[in-house]
Amino acid sequence: MTGQLRLIRLYRAVVYPLIQLTVWSAASLVIISAVTLALAVVFNRQVAGGLTLVDFVVRTLPQVAIDGLTIGFLYAMIALGYTMVYGVLQLINFAHSEIFMVGAFVGVEFMLLLNLPPDQPVQGLLLVILLTTLLGMAASGLLAVGIERVAYRPLRHAPRLVPLISAIGVSFFLQDTVRAIEGLVNNAFFRNYPSFPALNEPLTLASVTVAGEPVTVQMQAKIILIIVVSLVMLSGLNYLVNATRLGRAIRAVAQDQATAALMGVNVDRIIMLTFLIGGALGGATGVLFGIRVGRIDPYVGFIPGIKAFTAAVLGGIGNITGAMLGGLVLGVLEAFAGAYLSQFTGGAFGSEYKDIFAFAILIIILIFRPTGLLGEIVAQRA
Amino acid sequence: MRKLTRREFVVSVGAVGVGGLLAACAPPTAAPGAPAPQQPTVKGTIKIATQSPLSGGQAVLGEALKNGAQLAVEQLKSPIENLGFRVELVAFDDQAKPDVGVANARQIVNDPDILAVVGHLNSGVAIPSSEVYKDYDLTMVSPANTNPCITDRNYLVVNRVCGRDDVQGAVGAEFAYNELKVKTAFVIHDKTTYGQGVAEFFRDRFRELGGQVLGFEGTEEKANFDPLVTQIAAVKPELIYFGGIYDQAGVFFKQARDRGLTAQFLGPDGMDSSELAKIAGTAVVNMHYTSVAAPPTVYEGARKFVQDYKQRFGKDPEPFSAQAYDSAAIILKALEAAIRDAGGNKPTRRAVAEKVRATKDYQGITGVITFDERGDPVKARYFVLKVLSANPADWAKNQLVKSLDLAPPKLTPELMAKCGVRR
Repeated sequence: MTGQLRLIRLYRAVVYPLIQLTVWSAASLVIISAVTLALAVVFNRQVAGGLTLVDFVVRTLPQVAIDGLTIGFLYAMIALGYTMVYGVLQLINFAHSEIFMVGAFVGVEFMLLLNLPPDQPVQGLLLVILLTTLLGMAASGLLAVGIERVAYRPLRHAPRLVPLISAIGVSFFLQDTVRAIEGLVNNAFFRNYPSFPALNEPLTLASVTVAGEPVTVQMQAKIILIIVVSLVMLSGLNYLVNATRLGRAIRAVAQDQATAALMGVNVDRIIMLTFLIGGALGGATGVLFGIRVGRIDPYVGFIPGIKAFTAAVLGGIGNITGAMLGGLVLGVLEAFAGAYLSQFTGGAFGSEYKDIFAFAILIIILIFRPTGLLGEIVAQRA
Repeated sequence: MRKLTRREFVVSVGAVGVGGLLAACAPPTAAPGAPAPQQPTVKGTIKIATQSPLSGGQAVLGEALKNGAQLAVEQLKSPIENLGFRVELVAFDDQAKPDVGVANARQIVNDPDILAVVGHLNSGVAIPSSEVYKDYDLTMVSPANTNPCITDRNYLVVNRVCGRDDVQGAVGAEFAYNELKVKTAFVIHDKTTYGQGVAEFFRDRFRELGGQVLGFEGTEEKANFDPLVTQIAAVKPELIYFGGIYDQAGVFFKQARDRGLTAQFLGPDGMDSSELAKIAGTAVVNMHYTSVAAPPTVYEGARKFVQDYKQRFGKDPEPFSAQAYDSAAIILKALEAAIRDAGGNKPTRRAVAEKVRATKDYQGITGVITFDERGDPVKARYFVLKVLSANPADWAKNQLVKSLDLAPPKLTPELMAKCGVRR
């Protein structure tokens, strides 16, 4: 009987969010693709390279969708950190993008220290990446705990804007500290992740012939790594929050700190753990982001951070699965806008307008669903 | 709104205090030379300012530019010191940002000892900053700014020792069409004055020659180029031209090759840094770039400069170091002449500006420099180079494919109007 209960709880905590995520993201992909195709058919004409607009769209659509999911998963992982902290403290932790950046720097320094030859076998590489990720997680997690202790805890009962300002201050402080350290040590404050051919290998997912031309859909090995890691992170987090004793304490603190304390929950410890988990997730993402992008600098967290925050709001801030979904939807919107705006508008709006377009759609979604796509599960603090 | 409790008030004041403290700890953007004790024979101090990015993604080039000027001042200041003036170099960090450049410029013009500026690295910073210099007759000699509007505004105070983007973009297009034999190109730029400018000149000339431009896209993206790469993969150009700077282009080139794009790469002198090889690795091997500044080894008479530079700063010069050296040397010559004209007294800024503009047949490291009436060199040299190795240490060994001496186009009212100058 208890075994069955456990299974049900496990299903509701881990499997159900995955199903929810798959259904929602598949649905949004289908809708966006259908709208794009319909627009292409309506406005069909010759575009560059002897292609018609419909040809162009059909030929690129699968790849654009994958591009969107790729960047979306990265946004989603960062968004998890925002949403964790917000869920518990109703604090938008603007320093999270810098916690993420620090993770990326710790990772790159470690990898450069190892000085691996580029032709590593995949198994060895995966081990190294795992180690680097763990190191990044440890560094970022501890950093987040430190920030909470120094910059947020003394302000916990202050008006909500005060810790927000403190968070922005911490964010500047971290950017320039990393810049100063890297500048002193390396005389240049950006770093390049070592590049491994085994990770860049494009894996062909599908190959079809469209209008007499072969079209292949490719995904690099490292992208698969990112997707797997982020799904593991989501499931782990959902399990932790919804199916463990610690998770129950976290949810209790999120609902009402005073009552939780009366019930014997150590509020300070729970909040510290929340920051530890959120920071560690940020650190892991930083390492993966660095591997994906190659070049990092102390300001690299800012834009992804803003977008991940938006993703968390879009999904329903405070909601873990929602943050993930928000990241995916934002990534897909951005990829579609980036790839098609220029061809659809005849060059009047280039891919540089992708953010404006993506954010305009976001505003429209939020007008109709102000609590975000999945709404808020964690109750607001009274 | 409820009243603040005392505790809250203390806390918020504390937060403000911490912020102030942080601001106070921020490193100063300018590093003025340490004031030495005055000697009785010294009539005053003359300062030369440099403006270039000393921090940020382009700091490698910016610092090399400052170092070149510094070396020139250290080696060539004795004639002016003999006339009774102390000579100092003051370095400003413009962070490759127009607003910072202009703020520095206001600081510079308000220091009466500063009589000339060497800078900038970025045209987009140089143009607004030089509007400030112009109002105070402060002369600027640019080692690296290639946008036509630098000199086409026809200001007395603005000069450069290098070539121009309208010529450079056309050189790139002709090389692509005639020598690489490509007929289709996709053009990307970074939306800056420099990058978009040179990309437009490339595009226009490439079309004139009969080539087909499959796309023209600007992007400020620095990390994720997937949407752009997918779009390019669909139209299959033979060549990709990136009008921009290495820190952005390197990431793009790497991602494009990783994704299996086989098009050839071409770019302007913004590609010219060993950082490009460091970021992009094998992706940039065999790519070409045009430049107004070849590696110093190409120039006759640069060997001593390379040696001195290495000895003084402990590293190899980057592109534009030699140009910065020449810019500072031209300024020092002009200063000397202006002091003599002023009867041994400190000259006015206008007098220095006139002397700089009058530079004729100056024997520099990078060639013989004579300024025309708008501050361009009468003939500038343009290069096409090829990257041979993915090793950043071999950057100076890039193969010189072609070198051309070309004059700038004639200054017409239309060119001036393009730069916003109206009669």
